[in-house]
Amino acid sequence: MTQVAANNVSLSWYEASARQRIDALVDAGSFCEYIGPELREISPHLSIFDLPEQFDDGIVVGRGRLEGSPVLVAAQEGRFMGGAFGEVHGAKLTGLLRAARALRQDVLILFDTGGVRLQEANAGELAIAEIMRAVIELRRTGLSVVGLIGGRAGCYGGGSLIAGTCSRLIVSEQGRISVSGPEVIETNRGIEEFDSRDRALVWRTMGGKHRYLIGGADTFVDDEALAFRQAAIDALKIKRGCDTTVLEAEQNRLERRLQRFGEAEDAVDIWQTLGIDAPTEIPALPTDAFLRAAKRRENADDAR
Amino acid sequence: MEKLNFRLTAARSAGGSRAQAIVGVVASGNLEVLLERASPADTCTIDIATAAHGFGAVWDAVVRDFVARRPAGGLRISINDGGARPDTVALRLAQGVRKIEEPER
Repeated sequence: MTQVAANNVSLSWYEASARQRIDALVDAGSFCEYIGPELREISPHLSIFDLPEQFDDGIVVGRGRLEGSPVLVAAQEGRFMGGAFGEVHGAKLTGLLRAARALRQDVLILFDTGGVRLQEANAGELAIAEIMRAVIELRRTGLSVVGLIGGRAGCYGGGSLIAGTCSRLIVSEQGRISVSGPEVIETNRGIEEFDSRDRALVWRTMGGKHRYLIGGADTFVDDEALAFRQAAIDALKIKRGCDTTVLEAEQNRLERRLQRFGEAEDAVDIWQTLGIDAPTEIPALPTDAFLRAAKRRENADDAR
Repeated sequence: MEKLNFRLTAARSAGGSRAQAIVGVVASGNLEVLLERASPADTCTIDIATAAHGFGAVWDAVVRDFVARRPAGGLRISINDGGARPDTVALRLAQGVRKIEEPER
C-alpha cells in the first residue's frame, strides 16, 4: 500500500464509528486530530444533569489528505447523545471551518446527528448559526464544504440546516435528511400526519433515495466507506462558489419543486410525477438499478 | 455519575510507542477508554466515571483482572462509561492496550 492509498477494507458507513469513518475516508495514515480526546475538552453542561461525558464531545475534527490533497475533516459520533450539537461540539466545527478559510482548504463534514443537544440547547442553537455562517463565508471564497450523510442518527434538526448550506451532499440509502424527525412530527401533528413507527414511511420520506430524487442530495452511494471516499474526491473537483446568482438559482429551484410536488401526499406520488416507471419499486432497488431509474430526478446543479 | 479511581501495580508494561489510544463510544451499554502513557512503568492508574451507581466491586474485579492479564504498566487509563456490562469493559480495555501497541505510521 502506498502512502496515498485508501484503507482498502470494506466498511459499512452506517455501522462505523466517527473515527473509523475518518480512517477509511482519507488517505491511509494521513489524519491528524485537532483538540483530541487527551485534551478533555468536554461539555461544561452535561455534568449539571449528571450525564456521561465524552472526551471529544462527540465530534472528531482534524486534517488529512484525500488523494494527496490536504483537506479538513469533521466527523460526528452518532452514538454519543445522538450526535447532537452542544457548545463544545459546535465550537469545534466552527473553529475547523474558520481554520479552513485561513488555510485555504476544503472541508468534509461527516454528519451523524439528531440536531441540537437539549441539555445545552441555547449554546447548541448558537453553534448551528455560527456554523452555517462559517460555511457560507468559506463557500464565498470559492472553497467547498461537502456533507457526507449515511450514519445511524441521520442528519436532523440543526444538522440538516447546516447540510442545506453545504456545497454538495453525498448520501447513502441509510442517510436520512430532515429538519424534524419522525417522532417530532408525530408528537406535534398526530399519528395520522406521520406514523413514526412506520419505518417504510420514514425511509421513503426522509431517506437517501428520496432526497437524491428530489435534488436534496447530489450524489447517491452505497453504504460503503470507499464509495463515500470516491464520491468525496469527485465532489471536491467541482468548484462552484456561492454568490447571489447561486442563491437565486436555488430559490427558483425550490419554488419549482414546490409547484411541481406541493400537492403530493406521499413520496411515491412524487416519484410517479418524476416519470419513474415503477415508483413503488424504488425502495427495493439496488444502487445501480436505482441510479438508472433516477435518471429523471430533480437535480440541484443550478444551485450547488 | 459515580467516580472510581484505581492505582494498581502491573507486572508487565505496555509495549509500542504511541502516546495515546482511544477506543469505544459513550452510549448505553458502551464506554470509551482513553489510554495515555503517564504513570511509572510498573503502575497502571484507572479513573472511571460511570452512569451506573453501586458497581464498585465489579469494577474492582474487572480492572484487577485486566492488569493481571495484559501489559498495562505505564498507562493512565480514563473511562467514561454509559453502563457497559463487565464483559464489554474487559473487551474495550483489551482493545485499548492492543491499539496503543500498534506501530506508528
